Amino acid sequence: MSLDANGAREISLTIPVAPDMEIVATAQAAAVGEFIEMPRDKIDEVKLALVEACINAFEHAQARDDLLHLIFRVGRENAREFLEVEVLDRGKGFDQASVELPSPEKTFSGRQKRGWGLQIMRSLMDTVAITSGEGGTRILMRKYK
Amino acid sequence: MSEVCRVAAERRGNVAILSTDGYINNQGGEEIARQAYAQLESGASALVLNLEKTRIVNSIGISILIEVLEKVMDRKGQLAFCGLTPTIDKTFRIMGLAQYAAIYPTEAEAIRAVATA
Repeated sequence: MSLDANGAREISLTIPVAPDMEIVATAQAAAVGEFIEMPRDKIDEVKLALVEACINAFEHAQARDDLLHLIFRVGRENAREFLEVEVLDRGKGFDQASVELPSPEKTFSGRQKRGWGLQIMRSLMDTVAITSGEGGTRILMRKYK
Repeated sequence: MSEVCRVAAERRGNVAILSTDGYINNQGGEEIARQAYAQLESGASALVLNLEKTRIVNSIGISILIEVLEKVMDRKGQLAFCGLTPTIDKTFRIMGLAQYAAIYPTEAEAIRAVATA
């Protein structure tokens, strides 16, 4: 685990765009969470948010390198330890404003069963920042211990 | 966490209990649906899904569980979940599953509820 410019420790991982590769990513997230003794239920929330980020990239990004680049970072802010996950694809990007918000009503009326990934990420993590453009999409998610 | 979701079925009268072990993604969800529909076809009117050995259900898996729930509701049957981790419970509530299906802490409570409904 290396130190970044802010003194946070980080691990990089690159996974291919392929079925079930999100499991490889979650194993790394769990290991880093355990390293800072994050409670198991919080680690589960990070893992599911990461799964959703990976699935979105696999299904929609059309990454030019067929890869997903991940950084797992642990650090401290105002005496609070955190686990941060950065998910980067070199795909086509997307317009966040054009993403239709899901709702239980739409889901159960049969109109939109999918499309919950971003909502789940935002609900399970403490902060989620998304930047997207022609160069790809970067999702930065943080969970405090 | 296993990459393959195993699903075990047990029948108690008109109640079918499906117990999962592992990650519920699209394949896991489809296996649950396959077994659930087989139970409904063979006369079960209530389903209990016990997820106590599952720690992650992704949104694709949940969308398939919603299809199972809709089919049960179409048949005027009952579906209940039990053994959910706090993360799965939270996700089910985010996606609205908890509005349409009951959630119980234990399998015994879930069976009792759907058997007497």
